[in-house]
Amino acid sequence: MCGIVGLYLKNPSLENRLGALFSPMLIEMTDRGPDSAGFAIYGNEVADGYVKLSLQHSDDSFSWTDLAAWLTNKIGEEADLSENATAAVIRVKTTEFAVRHLLEENYSDLRIMSIGRGIEIRKEIGLPQMVSDRFGLPDMKGTHIIGHTRMATESAVTTEGSHPFSTGMDLCLVHNGSLSNHNRLRSWLERQNIKFKTDNDTEVAAGYLSWHLQKGATLRKALESALYDLDGFYTFAVGTREGFAVLRDPIACKQAVMAETDDYVAMATEFRSLAGLPGIENARIWEPEPGLVYSWGRKAA
Amino acid sequence: MNGQGNIEMNTVDLQKQSVRDLNRALHQLPEDNIQVGWEVLNPGGKHNIACGLDRELNIRIDGHAGYYCAGMNKRADIIVAGNVGVGVAENMMSGSVFVQGNAGQSAGATARGGLLVIDGDAAARCGISMKGVDIVVKGSIGHMGAFMGQAGRMVVCGNAGEALGDSLYEARIYVKGSVASLGADCVKKEMRGQHVQELQELLYANGLNENVSEFTRYGSQRNLYHFQVDNALAY
Repeated sequence: MCGIVGLYLKNPSLENRLGALFSPMLIEMTDRGPDSAGFAIYGNEVADGYVKLSLQHSDDSFSWTDLAAWLTNKIGEEADLSENATAAVIRVKTTEFAVRHLLEENYSDLRIMSIGRGIEIRKEIGLPQMVSDRFGLPDMKGTHIIGHTRMATESAVTTEGSHPFSTGMDLCLVHNGSLSNHNRLRSWLERQNIKFKTDNDTEVAAGYLSWHLQKGATLRKALESALYDLDGFYTFAVGTREGFAVLRDPIACKQAVMAETDDYVAMATEFRSLAGLPGIENARIWEPEPGLVYSWGRKAA
Repeated sequence: MNGQGNIEMNTVDLQKQSVRDLNRALHQLPEDNIQVGWEVLNPGGKHNIACGLDRELNIRIDGHAGYYCAGMNKRADIIVAGNVGVGVAENMMSGSVFVQGNAGQSAGATARGGLLVIDGDAAARCGISMKGVDIVVKGSIGHMGAFMGQAGRMVVCGNAGEALGDSLYEARIYVKGSVASLGADCVKKEMRGQHVQELQELLYANGLNENVSEFTRYGSQRNLYHFQVDNALAY
């Protein structure tokens, strides 16, 4: 099972309503994934030279203020902190590599959900409604967003095993389906120095894409390679800084539907998630073809 | 809604009533209650709308429907003024289902009779294991169309995806556009008089002003294992 949903706004005047439009889409997929839910929202970009981190910690009493102070001291630049329920967002002038290295060396229990200019990830175990409420999704603004409701199959129900999975700067992945060669692929990727934190199959797909992107592949090339190297069934939605991309396995085991109007492009596992969107009655609605990379964005992904 | 001529119209709004309410009402109609019109509002992509009917009814679904819309239909004539998800008219026995938009995967799967018309495109596995239904797709179909089709006719005015007609039995397929590839044991076949006639009839009945000579017929070469008489005792 699992449900995935994505919404990319072509019309900037809707950006204030991104969360309000998207929250019902996510909640509609509760039947498909009641175990956990998550989303990656893009917008409110930090300036050139800065990074934005989404963080979570297994200890509820963990002090984000102390962490921000520590980072400010270490980096020598003000680490700007905002907290959102169990998540924290830190904006700081540094590089992805430097801050990731610093945090992984010193805070091994910290979960780096995402790093980028615009991306923020929130995810938790529990019903999609709870997750949406907890993080105040309906009030969130942005340019585009992808989300996931999980019915766990390949690994335990944990926040770490929830989607989206970060795959690099401003990149993340959500997945509906299951992969059968993830153990072998994980071992291979570990030898290429890609690190994994869970037994989850989707994390392997995320790591696989990260590895290709680090090697200089475009997102489209990385996804096309996935068609050959990933065994299993899947519909992927990949969030990028500019928009999102969708790929279904060559046999198209898992459903997916897309809708496009002058205002937005939306995708979902089932149409009912899209039924409440404005103008959906007259949208172009179709099922994406298997094995083809679809992408939308302000510039080509 | 009140009377339109002699036909009583019933309206069910799926924002106010459940799909189960709708289907139960349709199932409980008396056998002699013929030619009653039903309108279904706000389908909202809900699944299983108008399933398992066995009455002479006209039903119009005013919007996009979810999975298995009009599944197992018998005798009812159903119009969907929108798109449908997976498995529209699956296992239809008789009657008709008209989809005015696109259809998801497995449209008309295993259907034994009746007519399924899709104005737009149908996705993968259209007519999978069809057993007597007539399927007319005005647009294109995805991969594995008519997989293991046993009987019935499929007409595609657009193109067909990969592996058309894989492991066919006796179903007949007519495609006007390109075919990405043929499935195992599926071959192009000659359009003989009877095929020209049946295709003409199917097109004409659905108001399609297509030129029959532009279509190609595909069918089973009957070379797979189970077609060989030497293997008959293996079953």
